[in-house]
Amino acid sequence: MGEEQSSATKTLDILLDSTLDSVDEAEKLVLSLARELGFSEDDLHDLGMAVREAMVNAVVHGNRYNLNKKVHLSVAKETDRLSVKITDEGEGFERTGLPDPLAEENLLRQSGRGLLLIQAFVDEFHMGRVPPLGTEVRMVKYRKTD
Amino acid sequence: MSVKLTTRQVGDVSVMDAAGRITLGEGSSVFRETLRELVAKGQKKVLLNLADVSYIDSSGIGELVSGFTSVTNQGGQLKLLNLNKRVQDLLQITKLYTVFEVFEDEAAAVRSFA
Repeated sequence: MGEEQSSATKTLDILLDSTLDSVDEAEKLVLSLARELGFSEDDLHDLGMAVREAMVNAVVHGNRYNLNKKVHLSVAKETDRLSVKITDEGEGFERTGLPDPLAEENLLRQSGRGLLLIQAFVDEFHMGRVPPLGTEVRMVKYRKTD
Repeated sequence: MSVKLTTRQVGDVSVMDAAGRITLGEGSSVFRETLRELVAKGQKKVLLNLADVSYIDSSGIGELVSGFTSVTNQGGQLKLLNLNKRVQDLLQITKLYTVFEVFEDEAAAVRSFA
């Protein structure tokens, strides 16, 4: 694990195994930084959910539990936001080929809602392939001010 | 903590009281197995009480949907009781409010199966 700190940002960079324990660990690490920023309980829940879903995608669908592959978790903390990047070493996929989970005919499908939930729970979301192999998810959650 | 499930009978309705987190891994498999046992016993009226469920992820939602489908395919009904705000939000986001019958009062939920 590497950790750097400056006045503007605190960055966490860690390589995680392709296991479900890593999903819990990533959630815990990100929420710890979000708490330091003063996120509300509701926002902590939402951010935790988005991180879990992205980690599950990386471990299960990207790296397919392959212990020779790692998930790279990177977090940047700024004064008003937390930016999280999760990258796997999987073969990637075309998002356009995924069924729409909100289409009437797909409502009873057992899976396929992860990306929908991530987008619902963070303020910014980007996903793309990274060379030579892998998928990168970047998300940003802003701290709400009353 | 993963999910803890307790099943009780209210008349001919099986009420499953769930507590904890229904997430990928142990939480969702415990839920799946318990519901499978109920269906195997021929229980066709299942009321899932989520009052003490603090967290459901997309895998847990998938288990709810799968449970709904398996009970329905047996000619039965699975309904939901006591959703907290976060679970309500999840059902809104996923449009599953259009699939599940949801109740806030157990007696009314039990009566609805008649």
